[in-house]
Amino acid sequence: MNDLLNVSSSPHVRGKATTRSIMYDVLIALLPATAFSVYRFGLYPLAIVLVSMLAAVLTEYLYEKGTKRRVTIADGSAAVTGLLLALNLPSTIPLWIPVLGSVFAILVVKQLFGGIGQNFMNPALAARCFLLISFTGRMTTFSVDSVTGATPLAVLKSGGQVDIVSMLIGNTGGTIGEISTIAVLVGAVYLLARKVISWLIPVSYIGTFVVCLVLFGGHGLDVNFILGHLCGGGLMLGAWFMATDYVTTPITKNGKIVFGVLIGVLTCVFRLFGGSAGGVSYAIILGNLCVPLIEKVTMPKAFGWEGKQS
Amino acid sequence: MSKYTERIYNGIVKENPTFILMLGMCPTLAVTTSAFNGMGMGLSTMVVLVASNLLISMLRRIIPDKVRIPAYIVVVATLVTVVQLLIQAFIPALYDALGLYIPLIVVNCIILGRAESYASKNPPVVSACDGIGMGLGFTLALTLIGFFRELIGAGTILSGTPLAVTLPEIYEPIAIFVLAPGAFLVLALIIATLNALHIKNNGNKKVEGCDGNCASCSGLSRCLSEQEKQGVE
Repeated sequence: MNDLLNVSSSPHVRGKATTRSIMYDVLIALLPATAFSVYRFGLYPLAIVLVSMLAAVLTEYLYEKGTKRRVTIADGSAAVTGLLLALNLPSTIPLWIPVLGSVFAILVVKQLFGGIGQNFMNPALAARCFLLISFTGRMTTFSVDSVTGATPLAVLKSGGQVDIVSMLIGNTGGTIGEISTIAVLVGAVYLLARKVISWLIPVSYIGTFVVCLVLFGGHGLDVNFILGHLCGGGLMLGAWFMATDYVTTPITKNGKIVFGVLIGVLTCVFRLFGGSAGGVSYAIILGNLCVPLIEKVTMPKAFGWEGKQS
Repeated sequence: MSKYTERIYNGIVKENPTFILMLGMCPTLAVTTSAFNGMGMGLSTMVVLVASNLLISMLRRIIPDKVRIPAYIVVVATLVTVVQLLIQAFIPALYDALGLYIPLIVVNCIILGRAESYASKNPPVVSACDGIGMGLGFTLALTLIGFFRELIGAGTILSGTPLAVTLPEIYEPIAIFVLAPGAFLVLALIIATLNALHIKNNGNKKVEGCDGNCASCSGLSRCLSEQEKQGVE
């Protein structure tokens, strides 16, 4: 945060970034993952994505019209929520589930807490957990080429070996957005290059996760095991697109690292010792809940306040 | 309105223990998985509440001030044991559904709260009416929460009663509503709706000594009565 203290005298250079430009960048960055799932599963995932985005935007519009608030659908944040939720769903889910999830995400998690900038946890992830708890069967049935099979993470959990190359490309089972690690990483590189996200949270998150995996995974430095965990499940999607959400993650530099470490440990605990194979969603929303505390502890002291209790 | 019916109205509407005073949250959130369970819990609590208010009010001049809380607990625990044995004998289905939460009525803060703040200062009959009001308010609130949780989360209406209706197959229950998170969601949405109605009818007046931060305020009933006074002026 030291660069924040070097405030020069006016006039200041103003950044060009707006909520709108950031959200549109995120939408662009998610295109590769979406496009790949269409290539892989056909047009049905596209329908899920569009329905989910439409439901999210429509819910936001109707709520803001109904309560006579400023309509904020043009900034694209509702569309991003809808898209992220859709990318977290299996490719064969009936269309009413993304609608229900989007309504819950926008209405309950976002708007009832005050709209954009006020939500206490990531709306898309909260909705995903809501659906996962409610419709466990539907949400965890993944089929590849009409054959229902275990996801790579489930294979790893039961002690098997996975094919890393096909996981990188995306020839495995999983949700719409998480199957292809490369497609997700392409989007992440775009966001980093556009300086939309900072690398602090994803790197501290993934780093902590790997360290915990080596220490407690029971496989030591087994490369196949570690890479399988990194490419499998929602880890990459979560680390680059959801753990970097501006509203629900710390704004301080040290806070970002603390947050990354926290969700890294939580993800590892959920994956290794939890009942289900994945755990990224729960780890991130639990981390979201700790953000006010993390920010309180890591808030840099203003010059002249050194050593005093503010 | 006589002072007896005023007490009952106060318990159900003005100082509803669940929606206004927010007391007894533990049974409220834990047992309201269906309207039947909620009503069972509410009625058991009401029986204990009426009897304990009556007894404590009659004993209020005998109980020494310094040991009043242990004395109240003895009275309440005795009554809860009676109620527990009665439920076990006559409504075993309810006994199985409520389980541990029946003995936990002893530590329900509505009961101790009413004993401390009302029954220990007022004559027996009006105290019993206070118990009936509070108990009915609690029962209605729990039944309402249970009704919505059951409807959304299990797709049934009033299951466990002769009036049970099951929604058609096409409705797929949203299971989270019968689990713990659903209790918080339904309770919060009902309270938000009631507050919105209250503000619509009475305006969002500022009360003296209130900084507008209701989260850190413990005196909601005082707040409401202040509002009323201001309304009279």
